Amino acid sequence: MSDYSGNTRLNPYFGEFGGQYVPEILLPALDQLEKAFIDAQNDEAFRSELSDLLKNYLGRPTPLSLCRNLPRKGRSKIYLKREDLLHGGAHKTNQVLAQALLAKRMGKRRIIAETGAGQHGTATALACALLDLECIIYMGKKDVERQQPNVFRMELMGAKVVPVDTGSGTLKDAVNEALRDWTASYATTHYLLGTAAGPHPFPTIVREFHRMIGEESKQQILAQAGRLPDEVIACVGGGSNAIGMFADFIDNTDVALIGVEPGGKGLSSLEHGATINAGKPGLLHGCYSFLMQTDEGQIEESYSVSAGLDYPGVGPQHAHLHASGRANYVSVTDDEALAAFKLLSAHEGIIPALESAHALAYAVKRAEDSDEELILLVNLSGRGDKDIDHVRKIFAAQANDAKES
Amino acid sequence: MSVTTRYEPMFAALKAKQQGAFIPFVTLGDPDLAQSEAIIKAMIDAGADALELGFPFSDPVADGPTIQRASIRALQSKVSIQHCFELLARVRAYSPDTPIGLLVYGNLVMAQGRERFYQRCAEVGVDSVLVADVPVREGATFQQAANQAGVAQVFIAPPDASPETLTRIAKHSQGYIYLLSRAGVTGANVEVSAPATQLVDYLNAQQGAPAVLGFGISKPEHVQHAIQAGAAGAISGSAVVQRIEDNLADSTAMLTALSDFVRSMKAATV
Repeated sequence: MSDYSGNTRLNPYFGEFGGQYVPEILLPALDQLEKAFIDAQNDEAFRSELSDLLKNYLGRPTPLSLCRNLPRKGRSKIYLKREDLLHGGAHKTNQVLAQALLAKRMGKRRIIAETGAGQHGTATALACALLDLECIIYMGKKDVERQQPNVFRMELMGAKVVPVDTGSGTLKDAVNEALRDWTASYATTHYLLGTAAGPHPFPTIVREFHRMIGEESKQQILAQAGRLPDEVIACVGGGSNAIGMFADFIDNTDVALIGVEPGGKGLSSLEHGATINAGKPGLLHGCYSFLMQTDEGQIEESYSVSAGLDYPGVGPQHAHLHASGRANYVSVTDDEALAAFKLLSAHEGIIPALESAHALAYAVKRAEDSDEELILLVNLSGRGDKDIDHVRKIFAAQANDAKES
Repeated sequence: MSVTTRYEPMFAALKAKQQGAFIPFVTLGDPDLAQSEAIIKAMIDAGADALELGFPFSDPVADGPTIQRASIRALQSKVSIQHCFELLARVRAYSPDTPIGLLVYGNLVMAQGRERFYQRCAEVGVDSVLVADVPVREGATFQQAANQAGVAQVFIAPPDASPETLTRIAKHSQGYIYLLSRAGVTGANVEVSAPATQLVDYLNAQQGAPAVLGFGISKPEHVQHAIQAGAAGAISGSAVVQRIEDNLADSTAMLTALSDFVRSMKAATV
């Protein structure tokens, strides 16, 4: 039965995870994308156009900041990789620009993408505006309602936002709808997937186009701290910022890799998005990886205060890093992330994205609980401007509850 | 590994009569278990040559809105996979010879474990399984488990597939080959784009299982065209499911509409 496989040029699997679990009709589009990716990586013109955009449009390299006031006890140091300073407000634009260039290279001028809270949609919209591509963003109906400012942002930059009201009306349904569009439109359309999940070659492409996060960090921390960090820490929803941060450290086995999953209201509450900590392997959106699902295999809704981490799956390379023991996946609750959000704002003058606040919450706790002089490197993957309203309402409600009780 | 199914005698008998197969699709448990059983039996009585039955799934990416809603109705009626297997056993008892194919999504198979899933299929008399999000490239472990249980694994042939892909599909697909009439997801309102003659000729030349045309088959003339193009039959899903949805308030009218539809589609295979 050897002729089942062997059509991909790169390995579609990470250990037992990954693969190409999509309708047969999409395989030629995935093969075409893989080929374009390999060719582009070897094409000086592509590389120089991308690196020019990364430098002069996005603002790379991003700084590495040593926290001056955190942690408040212990001897450890926390360094922040400042992806929050990137144009677009988060790491996401790195790989979006690169994929948009790949689309042009394949002669595809129509871009479709999914978005949850609107961050990937916004990044895709800005790249399409810049590169003159048609942009369609699928967004759950519930998310459209609760993320109006981001819908307006996307529309301002010329994207068409399509509300998805099938299923639960959230991110996973937006992915379903984008995949459905793609099964009819692949000849002219590129599906610009927003995270390091999905069918091969997406997890590899997304990792490679984010790997400068870890590469820059490594050079910067060697220059600033004089040695490699003890732990590299990043939040994990689908896992794109984490894999970009981890990739260059995977072979440095003395460096611990810590992925921080959204613990929501606690892992025992069923309202969380801690896929690796509390899910089990299965097939969703093109790959075999950990999933939140029922015993019979129906996909469950995830939950997190942070929309960017609210996804019931996770990238297959993270599943493998977990299974092989190379990385350690922990979870941080909504309340812990909100406390870290406050802490970084109050003590460092940086308002982090709620996603990144999960990574920070773990780092602060680790630093304050340790007697050692640890060097902790945190990927501050995005800024918190988008979360201000949401967090303000949560704090107001909490203050109200406290008054009443 | 080769498997024996109820498809071979069915296609042989139809060929002798110079007919094609009409195969209606419904989602098991849509709109609830009791009505679903009545619907399936009514379609058999109305002349369906074989059945294509889906398991309700939370995230059916290969399906358009009509069949998505069928999944949602079944899940809202608390139809479990266990219920679906029990329903299949009752359908098999009702009609010992009608070929039954399942159309499922991979995670429902993986959640049970491949071996156990296909074993259960064999126990309730399922002839074939098509996993919508498992292409031939990922299909080896699924097909091995299927064949060990004596169940056929069906694969989909896309309309624009390369000759290499078509050859591979013809080699591996068992029972029949599900030939797509067009790109996109399931749905009755996007019609068949081009005659499938060339594709069917190519597949038939590979001497694999008979090709059956699906997607966008909603009228008797679509069935006629499929048979004229050389397909061994046609599958209609969304148009069938739409008749369930249109008659949710009146189960008698629903069964009448479905029986009439199956009869008219079957008549077009002659």
